[in-house]
Amino acid sequence: MNLLEGKTAIITGAALGIGKAIALTFAEHGCDVAVCDIDLEAAEATAAELAAMGRTAKAYAVDVADPKAVADVTDKIVDTFSRVDILVNNAGITRDGLIVRMSEADWEAVLAVNLKGCFNFIKAVSGPMMRQRAGTIISIASIVGMMGNAGQANYSASKAGVIGLTKSVAKELASRRITANAIAPGFITTRMTDKLTEAQRNTMLAQIPLKRFGGPDDVAHAALFLASPLAAYITGQVIVVDGGMLM
Amino acid sequence: MAVEEKVKDIIVKLLGVNPEEITPEAKFQEDLGADSLDAAQLAMEFEQEFNVDIPEEDANQLTTVGQAIEYLTKRTQS
Repeated sequence: MNLLEGKTAIITGAALGIGKAIALTFAEHGCDVAVCDIDLEAAEATAAELAAMGRTAKAYAVDVADPKAVADVTDKIVDTFSRVDILVNNAGITRDGLIVRMSEADWEAVLAVNLKGCFNFIKAVSGPMMRQRAGTIISIASIVGMMGNAGQANYSASKAGVIGLTKSVAKELASRRITANAIAPGFITTRMTDKLTEAQRNTMLAQIPLKRFGGPDDVAHAALFLASPLAAYITGQVIVVDGGMLM
Repeated sequence: MAVEEKVKDIIVKLLGVNPEEITPEAKFQEDLGADSLDAAQLAMEFEQEFNVDIPEEDANQLTTVGQAIEYLTKRTQS
């Protein structure tokens, strides 16, 4: 079943982790992918995997926090692929710390990549999507954007921001048949969560009804659904993928 | 005039209106049925066609076809 036959997706932070899982899942369903990441080498490796599956896939190095770089790369992508059907805002970083000690730089960096990055890319694709009168925008938020997390004031704020941004964009672009939704993952085993301590992991596991951590594919499957025609009547929503942690 | 022709073409393509309706006094939103997204898109199409940057404050002033033609003529002459 090819849910994304003939579609083109821009995926940020697609070189590794959740972004890569989304890229692979989309490619399995017939989607061509623009693999965007700050790390060109890693992005090219992922693009090569997608191409080996028979898809058109190209790697682009881009810092999502840089508006001009994002506008330029989007122009290039639309030139090469001739359309953009799906945007997945997945690029994200953490700079954890207690607020009493958190530096301005750590606050700014996380907001810039996680929230402004979404703004930059949504703004860049909205022109092409409006002309197509079709498109779907998926932004990866987090359950901590809804419930907060000690030591992640910056990260939580950025992810809460992604949710508000998603809803506004959903309302603005709906008249052009463009949907915008967010996915709020819980604890997903990736490089980002590898940074957590054993004690932190055990605390989280105790709070998860389904008694396991999630994998990148758990998030990718939700992204596949939202990107597909099956979700055509869903917009402005947050799909929580967390094993039941937040109810 | 080249500018007027191009502007009319863009309006017809984007809003799907009859060329006869596109008079200098015609207001994009009230007369030609443009919504706010159309207005934003018109600005983007004008920017692309005439290779100019139209700042938001300027775009907000261009409520009629005539104003748009006048503005773009001025911008492309300088």
